[in-house]
Amino acid sequence: MEGIFGNLAIGFVEVFKLQPVTMWGMTLQHVPFNIIMCLIGCLLGTLIGVLPGIGPVATIAMLLPVTFNLSPIAALIMLAGIYYGAQYGGSTTAILVNIPGESSSVVTCLDGYQMARQGRAGPALATAAIGSFFAGCVSTLVVAMFAPPLAEVALKFGPAEYFSLMVLGLVAAVVLAHGSLIKAIAMVILGLLLGLVGTDVNSGVLRFAFGISELADGIGFVTVAMGMFGICEIIANLEQKESREIFTSSVGKLMPSKEDWKRMIMPILRGTALGSALGILPGGGALLASFGAYTLEKKVSKYSHEFGKGAIEGVAAPESANNAGAQTSFIPLLTLGIPSNAVMALMIGAMMIQGIAPGPQVMTERPQLFWGMICSMWVGNLMLVILNLPLIGMWIKLLTVPYRYLYPSILLFMAIGVFSISNQPFDCFLMAVFGLLGYVCVKLGCEPAPLILGFILGPLMEENLRRAMLLSRGDPWVFISPSKPISMGFLIASVALLVIIAAPSLRKKREEVFVEET
Amino acid sequence: MKIKSQQDLWAGLMFIAFGLFFILFAMGTPEFLDKLVGTRLIPGYQMGSSVRMGPAYFPVVLGGLLAVLGLLVLLDSVVSEGPEVPKFHFRPLIWIGLSSLAFAYLLKPLGLVLASAALVFVSAYGGHEFKWKEVAIMSVVLVIFSVLVFVKGLALPFPICPDFIEVCPIR
Repeated sequence: MEGIFGNLAIGFVEVFKLQPVTMWGMTLQHVPFNIIMCLIGCLLGTLIGVLPGIGPVATIAMLLPVTFNLSPIAALIMLAGIYYGAQYGGSTTAILVNIPGESSSVVTCLDGYQMARQGRAGPALATAAIGSFFAGCVSTLVVAMFAPPLAEVALKFGPAEYFSLMVLGLVAAVVLAHGSLIKAIAMVILGLLLGLVGTDVNSGVLRFAFGISELADGIGFVTVAMGMFGICEIIANLEQKESREIFTSSVGKLMPSKEDWKRMIMPILRGTALGSALGILPGGGALLASFGAYTLEKKVSKYSHEFGKGAIEGVAAPESANNAGAQTSFIPLLTLGIPSNAVMALMIGAMMIQGIAPGPQVMTERPQLFWGMICSMWVGNLMLVILNLPLIGMWIKLLTVPYRYLYPSILLFMAIGVFSISNQPFDCFLMAVFGLLGYVCVKLGCEPAPLILGFILGPLMEENLRRAMLLSRGDPWVFISPSKPISMGFLIASVALLVIIAAPSLRKKREEVFVEET
Repeated sequence: MKIKSQQDLWAGLMFIAFGLFFILFAMGTPEFLDKLVGTRLIPGYQMGSSVRMGPAYFPVVLGGLLAVLGLLVLLDSVVSEGPEVPKFHFRPLIWIGLSSLAFAYLLKPLGLVLASAALVFVSAYGGHEFKWKEVAIMSVVLVIFSVLVFVKGLALPFPICPDFIEVCPIR
């Protein structure tokens, strides 16, 4: 226990550190820069997360370029803040407009929107905030406790173990994707292939560049993310006529009543526990957590007949769970360097841009960065509660802004961001191309999220495969030989997952779950 | 043979096409084709061995996998029912794409002010309704905002004014 608090102390010192900052030609000596970045991140994240039709992935992708000039720690703190903010904003739209800002707040729509219709939008929003904050506190501790031992195990991994782990991570992530399993796997592989474009590190050969000099360093990861998520979402949104029903006038008082408090405590505790556990699993994270928590709560609650009609438990449990899951899904990212979902893939991309190789060595080599980021999670959660409850009126106003004002602005910021990466028009061109690809994929029933995961892992996977094969002198059985029990375990688990999901009875069930969601 | 799922048919074809594309460019064109034409069409990369994998090895394996998966999706399209391909809306697709291209290729010659305005106008044209006045106000606001935040605040090295203006009024 002592070790944990010592480590957290390192982190808090880093988060609250005063440092000289130069801006607009002026140099200020003692500025708590990291905490300001956390604040700005939370605000920007909520601001954009509240806007309907922009999910957290597009939000983070859009704001990534803003962090390029920051120090690595400030950049990661800000991005984490953006993530929580976007998630929080997502639940606000779910409750007020019945449009989930992102897939993990889908279940919040069910009861949250009903509460809003009954004039209890205020307590619903407050419950979501309180639940999220509590879950954030607990899961920060969970991350602090579980990350070091896991990282220690991961430090012993060789290339074979890493390769198998990545296979497992990708399979697990795919299993949770919507729609067809085969299509999701195919999207992962397409992502892996696109990740290989550029100079091959081993041989120096330029692959799939077609004489385009801009492709020598590979396709920019921000470019792909903005195209596949940002541009694609804008086009998809423009297809539909605007229609929104908003309860602007009826938010009412925020504070939940005594009865509400009593009813929300247990669901928050259960949601936090379940969310923290599910978030750690590869492929887990916020989505699985919120669905699991809602289902669990419906089973155990004595108010289960009220579910779907505005039960406060139906807001408290999934909102706590998705925040807990969102945070604990940082564990595989920070300790193994494996993203468990598209948001984590973006975080890895951000780390790479900052020159940090994600993996277990981050914790030992850069403890300030590692623990600073973990502590910033807690601070970020606190800020969300303090800032967002008073600001709720402003967020609601934002909801009423018509989309025709929003999308040109979003598009402009994306174009500026992408252009600024290498100061060349080619990246914007690629962004448009990936927007087209994303649009086609969505029309053909293929989710773009698995592609991003594959894209990030492509070069890493090839590298580890090559090394493992070199060490084993070309013996492909090295991945499942008894001398490598960990690698064998990962691969067996991946196959088992695929078999289980492909089994007809479960396949039906899985489709039902995702149909319910959409 | 009846196609039961249009969506799967096209998705399958897309995956197969991508898979073959990557294999073709990794391995190069097959020998008989080169002989037929008389030159090496696509040179390809070295395969290497499983001990020392060449640059072509991993892409070829993945491309093969992708093509096989594509084939599975394709086969599924005649076996199980599936949805139609939803209608493509070309208006937003074209104008949104064009607007980001316009911005990208106008930025260096014309500067941030005009390039941003171009993006706003072109993309707004792809929406449901296009009102001159609204779009004009929006573009002015956005131009001022992006000059202040991105060029002044974040110090991005973007030109503000067009090339041909020698003394830029905004500094």
